[in-house]
Amino acid sequence: MGLNDQITRDGFVTTTVESLITWAQKNSLWPMPMGISCCAIEMMAFGGPRADSSRFGSERFSFSPRQADLMIVAGTVTYKMSWVVKKIWDQMPDPKWCIAMGVCTSTGGMFRSYPVVQGIDLFLPVDAYVSGCPPRPEALIKALMYIQEKVAESKPQLINLGKDSGDIRRSDLIVTP
Amino acid sequence: MALSNNDIIQVAKAVAADVSVVEHHGDLTLVVKAADLLDVLYELKDNPRTTFNLLIDITAIDWAKPGERYEVVYFLSSLANAARLRVKVGVHEDALHLPTSVDVWEAANWYERETYDMYGIIFDGHPDLRRFYMPEDFMDEHGTPLYPLRKDFPLMGIPGSLPLPPKD
Repeated sequence: MGLNDQITRDGFVTTTVESLITWAQKNSLWPMPMGISCCAIEMMAFGGPRADSSRFGSERFSFSPRQADLMIVAGTVTYKMSWVVKKIWDQMPDPKWCIAMGVCTSTGGMFRSYPVVQGIDLFLPVDAYVSGCPPRPEALIKALMYIQEKVAESKPQLINLGKDSGDIRRSDLIVTP
Repeated sequence: MALSNNDIIQVAKAVAADVSVVEHHGDLTLVVKAADLLDVLYELKDNPRTTFNLLIDITAIDWAKPGERYEVVYFLSSLANAARLRVKVGVHEDALHLPTSVDVWEAANWYERETYDMYGIIFDGHPDLRRFYMPEDFMDEHGTPLYPLRKDFPLMGIPGSLPLPPKD
């Protein structure tokens, strides 16, 4: 059986490697559940059967940061905790995204006082902010869909890991669209 | 036999001369001197009439006034008598020392650490008086330790006293 016969029988798709990679990335975002306080309850509802984040390929909460590419910071971040959040963020492999879930995480919220970081964007690059105290699971799904759009628009950099690759820096891996 | 407020006052006054009493809607507060504190607490716990065997909390109040600026409050409960009691002791701002009550109730350990962390009151004889919530090196730029629940501590803190991780 020739190639022509096989193609006409089985069908075929043309795409680019880049769009194939972003398609796979955006539909299998593995969240790192950084559930620090009450927002974590709504984050669980987001993964549960009613809101069902598995419809977006994000049901696999990764309790190890090394297998995660989306950090959902859900809760009040104190100055003491900020170092822990940062340490876990640093352990996640690139490319990675971050959702600041809830007002405490986004701006400090009602905790306008000395121990609470007034927004995690003071030490983390945040891609999506979710308002609410706590936000409904639907709001978190909206943020996830926004991240998916952002992933779809990004350009994955195909790195030659051969002998000419040299040192790979984090800045080489991040491509702003 | 139910434990009345008068019984509690009698038990306390038997071991300490200077005990003043505040009663508000049936809730009893004993105000004692720092020198009598341990005697009163031991007696309230060990006397078979009162048996205040449960220490609920220790905290402090900063009245923001000269002299006896702080007041340390002990919340006690007697399970056998279903009774509650507050014991208050004034602390002078020039001598921020009180004897520890860890020997009376083991539970006092963390409460005293918390009170030390928030108000800077030193409990002499405490086995492990470290900061409780705040970092060990929580101090201003002159190296003075900071105690955040004091009235002279600004609500938003002192810039630079709590470092953030670097943003890369």
